[in-house]
Amino acid sequence: MADPVIVGAGPAGIAAAEVLCAAGLRPILIDEGARAGGQGYRRPAESLALDMARLMGSEARKYAALHRRFEALLPRIDYRPGTLVWAIDGDTLHLLRDGRAETLCFDRLLIASGAMDRIAPLPGWTLPGVFTLGGAQVALKDQGCLIGSRVAFLGSSPLLALAAKQYREMGAEIAVIADTTALRAKAAALPALLHAPRTLARGLWYMAASLRAGTKMLHGAVPVAIEGSERVEALLLHDARGRERRFACDAVALGYGLKPETQLADLAGATFVYDADFRLFLPKIDGMGRARPGLYLAGDGVRIGGADAAEASGALAAHAILSDLGRPAEIAVTRRLARRVQRLRDFQRGLARAFAWPRAQIAALDDAVTLCRCENVTVGAVRASMARDLGPAEVNRVKAITRCGMGRCQGRVCGPALQELVAAECGGDGLAAGRLRGQAPVKPIALAAAMDGS
Amino acid sequence: MGPPTAQFRRVAARTGPAVTLRFDGVSIAATAGDSVLAALLQHGTLLRRLEFGAEPRAGFCLMGACQDCWVWSSAGGRIRACTTPVAEGMELFAMPQASFDRPAEESGRG
Repeated sequence: MADPVIVGAGPAGIAAAEVLCAAGLRPILIDEGARAGGQGYRRPAESLALDMARLMGSEARKYAALHRRFEALLPRIDYRPGTLVWAIDGDTLHLLRDGRAETLCFDRLLIASGAMDRIAPLPGWTLPGVFTLGGAQVALKDQGCLIGSRVAFLGSSPLLALAAKQYREMGAEIAVIADTTALRAKAAALPALLHAPRTLARGLWYMAASLRAGTKMLHGAVPVAIEGSERVEALLLHDARGRERRFACDAVALGYGLKPETQLADLAGATFVYDADFRLFLPKIDGMGRARPGLYLAGDGVRIGGADAAEASGALAAHAILSDLGRPAEIAVTRRLARRVQRLRDFQRGLARAFAWPRAQIAALDDAVTLCRCENVTVGAVRASMARDLGPAEVNRVKAITRCGMGRCQGRVCGPALQELVAAECGGDGLAAGRLRGQAPVKPIALAAAMDGS
Repeated sequence: MGPPTAQFRRVAARTGPAVTLRFDGVSIAATAGDSVLAALLQHGTLLRRLEFGAEPRAGFCLMGACQDCWVWSSAGGRIRACTTPVAEGMELFAMPQASFDRPAEESGRG
């Protein structure tokens, strides 16, 4: 029997490895990153004089504990950092490490691929100086840099206020925090957020910190454009009362919550189901994270839940592996983990209402706006393709005609907005718009390496 | 805002060996451990010019997902600036150079 393989060394992957090790197994832990921790618990290199305890704030203890636990695990696992899984073919993983291709067969595969920001385009969003909200945090944690000196935070997410707080504390000027969801929509979502009062309190505290610091914070903002010629110069928007507001800035952090990175789950044969709350197609899993026999999914890579949910769901999926291997089930532990995962994911479902994905804003985008950064496809080109095409509007048809979603990012960035533009043609029905199918290689690789591995 | 000078601002010092790279013929001082993206954006505001229409780009996701920060390398082909550490003597360009005789193509379109 082959050792279980885990893809992703964030909180989910590390927690899973811990459970498998405790049961006497020696999992293979593959991670694209050079250092364990994933995106949120990213660990800076020792050479960087960054006070992570301060930066992580209320999560500092968990951050430190996760890395301590990972170090304790290291001698007992087969850890392969800097390794990209670029394709999955049946029971074979295609890997790329230091430019060299190799394959790895598995019996049991746990994918904990994490998440990235969900992005709604707007005029000017391809200008240098516009980065994802997650990217703004990576610049800080990974490189000790701010994305600009005067930064505007735009989107809809509790992470806007968190990132702005970190940036303010590191010396950035905050031009504005502009959240596109109206305050009354947030208030209406409050009951659902009581699933996780501690997390709710933390979110409110970040907002309060912004107010205390005198940061301008708008709710119900309508983005108009990011202005500038060769770089970001200002963010233009309408406030909730319809007044035009222009905020001078040299960088914009953009984010509408997170979306799971599901390309590998797709290639591994997971079935996808449309989730009307998140307006995303998500892999189907059972209560423990099983997607199909031998395939397990955990963490933000399958359902957005945050770091705590990721840890619990990673451990839970590892228990599923053990149980499927015929090991005695640890019923009490499993139940407790399952309840925790459910509670935290329910909270995120509430957040999806409090911080809404701006589908109306996307449907109303001007034809001239760039939708696909890779292939330079405009909103207008996508609309024109649907008007010309005789078949029903569907994302994969639009992709084939326009190349939107076909570029190097494989639709990671433009996919959700493309889906809304197509859905707008289908009477707003995201399910009818269809799902952008994953393709290997999931990230660009040298053609020579692909030949090597096949 | 002021004249375009640098996009990134370093707020945490990095210690380590000094590394010099060149971007469009200009020498850039960096420290081992810096990503190519962080090194270039501490000295300028763009990484590349788009194949379509030459508009400037400077990356977007900073975590290896969006593929918007590839810069051209004299060693042939392209490198993803956000996940590639700087190395001494790197010679990088915002646009493909005529002198590239055999740029290694990456796949991943399709």
